[in-house]
Amino acid sequence: MAIRNLKDFLSGAMFITFGALGLWFGRGYTVGTTFQMGPGYFPLVLSIGLIAIGLIVVVRSLAQTGDAPERGSLRPLAVVLCAVTAFGLLVEFAGLIAAVAVTVLVGGLASLESRRLELAILAVGTAVFCAALFVYGLGLPIPLWPR
Amino acid sequence: MEVLNNLGTGFSAALTLSDLGFCLLGVLLGTLVGVLPGVGPLATIAMLLPITFGLDPLPALIMLSGIYYGSQYGGSTTAILVNMPGESSSVVTCIDGYQMARQGRAGPALAVAAIGSFIAGCIATLAIAVFGPVLAAFSQRFSAPEYFSLMLFGLISAVVLARGSVIKAVGMILLGLLLGQIGTDISSGVVRYTMGVPELSDGIGFVPLALGLFGLSEIIANLEKPARRSILSTSVSGLWLRWVEFKSALPAILRGTALGSVLGILPGGGAVLSAFAAYTLEKKLAKDPSRFGRGAIEGVAAPEAANNAGSQTSFIPLLTLGIPSNAIMALMMGAMMIQGIAPGARVMEARPELFWGLVASMWIGNLLLLIINLPLIGVWVWVLRIPYRLLFPAVIVFCCIGVYSLNNSAFEVLLTVMLTLLGYACLKLDCEPAPLLLGFVLGGPLEENLRRAMLFSKGDPIIFVERPISAVILAFAALLLLMVILPAVRRGRERAFVE
Repeated sequence: MAIRNLKDFLSGAMFITFGALGLWFGRGYTVGTTFQMGPGYFPLVLSIGLIAIGLIVVVRSLAQTGDAPERGSLRPLAVVLCAVTAFGLLVEFAGLIAAVAVTVLVGGLASLESRRLELAILAVGTAVFCAALFVYGLGLPIPLWPR
Repeated sequence: MEVLNNLGTGFSAALTLSDLGFCLLGVLLGTLVGVLPGVGPLATIAMLLPITFGLDPLPALIMLSGIYYGSQYGGSTTAILVNMPGESSSVVTCIDGYQMARQGRAGPALAVAAIGSFIAGCIATLAIAVFGPVLAAFSQRFSAPEYFSLMLFGLISAVVLARGSVIKAVGMILLGLLLGQIGTDISSGVVRYTMGVPELSDGIGFVPLALGLFGLSEIIANLEKPARRSILSTSVSGLWLRWVEFKSALPAILRGTALGSVLGILPGGGAVLSAFAAYTLEKKLAKDPSRFGRGAIEGVAAPEAANNAGSQTSFIPLLTLGIPSNAIMALMMGAMMIQGIAPGARVMEARPELFWGLVASMWIGNLLLLIINLPLIGVWVWVLRIPYRLLFPAVIVFCCIGVYSLNNSAFEVLLTVMLTLLGYACLKLDCEPAPLLLGFVLGGPLEENLRRAMLFSKGDPIIFVERPISAVILAFAALLLLMVILPAVRRGRERAFVE
């Protein structure tokens, strides 16, 4: 049997995976009865429903033809995720200015068109702007400098 | 007469100098961000949410709804000038708007979009003022079974109205409901699916989810495509509509408004569907349908009016029933919760100045959009000329700060990374993220009302059809489901979305 619609096959697989995770991690919760539902009742129903839908989508993907997902380069995905992670890791102890600058510098690598000098200026500019707007202007309690 | 009284209360609350200022600021910021290609209203509101934290509830809500309309209008500007929709509800505007711009009629296209939106905004605001209290009074008769049926109806219509595969939309809703289960169970206090992470005991935040699914994953998708934006080199001049043009656009505006107002109230509807439906309607009604796609002014006027009307009336279910009808309203609900307001009929009674102030500010916001946007068009064109490589790193930063400042939690920023990955997968696999978001928000209340209704009836589900209001709602839901299953209607639906 061949997979004729890779997009749908993977979507179905995703639903089944989440449903299975829901069942597995929810296995300890009291289900209760329809009259007195425990904390496990709704998650159980949802997980089973999700697996059922996933199975239908998978079966359908074997029968109907469809296109495969577009292949893009992994660079934007990986770089943007890194940039956001960097912000999350830095902001608490390195402060907003450093976190913003690093996020811009790293994030800029996601596009092949970025130029080094331009990116450096943008990093400084964005950091100053964010500090002025969010910390001085709006008074949000975010540390500016490294602790 | 009561409507006038109420609106009077509203205007006196919203017409203070500072509230006007926040409305103006919201509209300007919203347009500014909305003009950026690939940043839709949802991402805009989520990103700009922290700006409103320090404000009182009314100005905060006024500013947020200003941001909403602004971002939508900004999206239309981008659609007309660059043929690149800033957000999904202006996809339709691209078709004829860009053609008009290429024929040197960018000015009239922008003007008719603004005027159409304004007329639609006036009528939709009036609709909220008239029908809001009626619906709120009616909702006093609702209890758990009715609320459950209503939310079920909402989720079903979100499936029916979603683009693409119905079955995958059902899957996305279930996935959203399941993600909504993460956190502490209200009835029993049991902590579910947190994997022992204390930060998750309040559940996944809405802002990380919204920015992950819509904001950041869309930036990534944009970056994968080679940049090819052709901004019209001709300057935009002659913003005035000729009388003939206005005369042919006005009926289209009114039809679009009517359609958008009705579709906006429906759960899962809102701006996007309204715009699509209005365009299809105009094409059907036109004497010469072949003009469409080649710069027909009705093709700009109707969808613009419809998406503005729809985006306003979608406030009705939120403000009267406390049920968000689409992802943006879910975000507005989140913003209200942050301000300590649980939206619903009780707000209208207990704090009339809040409800009516918001309604009045919607009209003021629309007026401001009309007044400021046409003269400022040069600024927006300038913003459009900024290369994307300079914009997207800043947008990433704003997304990060938006998430972080919500709870000053670095964990939520890292959570956003995971959710972005999920959003990217959905994008690649053609799974619509909007139903997921709606399921996520409705998950908690849906479960709570189901459990309460079952306690009521001692576990007998007949309660949902025994109670007349609930039965009627469920009948509508069944009808909707039937419509999707019937092959003839299904084909019609597919055709509507292809157009």
